[in-house]
Formats: sequence, C-alpha cells, structure tokens
Amino acid sequence: MTQVAEETEREAGTEAVVKKFMFVNRKAPHGTIYALEGLEVVLISAAFDQDVSLAFLDDGVYQLLKGQETKSLEVKNFSPTYRALEGYDVEKLYVERESLEARGIREEQLLVPVQVVSAKEMAELMEQQDVIIGF
Amino acid sequence: MKIGLLINEGPYNHQAADTAWHFARAALAKGHQIQRVFFYNDGVNNATKLTEPPQDDRHIVNRWSKLAQEHGTDLVVCVAAGLRRGLVEDNLAPGFRISGLGQLVEAGIESDRLVVFGD
Repeated sequence: MTQVAEETEREAGTEAVVKKFMFVNRKAPHGTIYALEGLEVVLISAAFDQDVSLAFLDDGVYQLLKGQETKSLEVKNFSPTYRALEGYDVEKLYVERESLEARGIREEQLLVPVQVVSAKEMAELMEQQDVIIGF
Repeated sequence: MKIGLLINEGPYNHQAADTAWHFARAALAKGHQIQRVFFYNDGVNNATKLTEPPQDDRHIVNRWSKLAQEHGTDLVVCVAAGLRRGLVEDNLAPGFRISGLGQLVEAGIESDRLVVFGD
C-alpha cells in the first residue's frame, strides 16, 4: 500500500486489522492428515495480510525433513510446499530445539531456513500471539 | 466477548465435538457471542444429516442444528475438507453452511478469542 493510501485509510478509521497468527504443528507429516490440512490453512491465511508464523514441535519437526519419499505409501509428498511459503510472505518458521535434539535431527537436515528456538523462547513467542491454531 | 470456535475432530470418535458444544452453550448462557463455529479435518462429519446414533445416545448433529436455530449461530463447514470426506450440500444438516477456509481466518481476525477443539 502506498503511504498516501495508508494515511487516507487511517483518517477514515478503516485501517485493516493485522493480527499475529501462529500455526502450531505437532504431528508427523504422514500417518494423519493434520500436517497437510494444517498447511492448507496457512496458505489461505497468507491472502489475508496477517502477521503469520509457524511453529514446529514434537513430531511436527519431521514435517520439515529433507528427502521425504512417499511413493511407497501412495500418499502425496507435500513437503515441497514448505519451500513455497516464502513466496506467500510466510517467512517466520520457528522450530523447537528440544524436539530436534530428542529426535536426533540437525538443522541442516531441514528443507527450509528456520529459526531454532528453545522451549522457553517458543513459549514467549506464543505469548505474543493473538491467534494460535494447532494441528 | 466475541468467540470463534474451531472443531477439528469427528463426532462420537472424539470428545472434542462434545466439549465444543458444551463450551458454546455455556458461553452463550454467560452472555458471550459465538462469532462462528468452523468445522475442519474430521470435524466436518459433525454436519452430516445422515447421522443416526442409537436412541439412548446424544445426537451430536441435531444438537448443533438446534443451537443454530435458537441462537442464529453461524456453523461453517470447510468445503475442501468436506469434499475429501463426502460431505456436500446434499447431506448437510439444517443450520450448517459450506464455505472456504477464509472463513476460519476471518473468525481469527473478527473474534476476541478463537478456541480450538481437537488434539
């Protein structure tokens, strides 16, 4: 939006609401549909010009693993979609350090650039949100 | 307070669908407003009129329909999640409507609280 448009909007008192949305992913990518359908909500939310972030913890960290091969499961490999998030301006991806360590996963094994944070930092991030949707 | 609800689990299979309904009723009784109830994942199965539980059990689908009838509660079923599970206009119970995921994001924006029911 141009500065003029922004000012006009403010004067008119119709400034768009921007809330902090965090999508919390706790489940493995396959085995249940939560990760896939969760990602579909994230993509839609990007169209609403909100402040969107994603958190990955527990088995949810497996969603971001490189080299997923789902052919023998005969299910869709949707992991490339995480790489496309940047194009939707969804760039805040937080991964809990404790969850990575418990599963022996290193940051360089992940598909996309992320911020690795401690459980305590994750709690602080959650504290700052307006809306938290967990899958 | 304006409250939005998200229900991610199917009826009878999971407590979430029951808890959400009890929560909605309690909130309304306290004078709060239910901005919308959004059904996603297996939660869409809360909206099928084909549901026929044994007579000595609660009727989860009819409970929602009654809530919509009495309070005008907006019950929205995700179109994509519904199609995946065979939930379409033809088998939709009274009081429900089918729409897109944008309605969930909108519930997050417009409500003071969005409460999620699921695992």
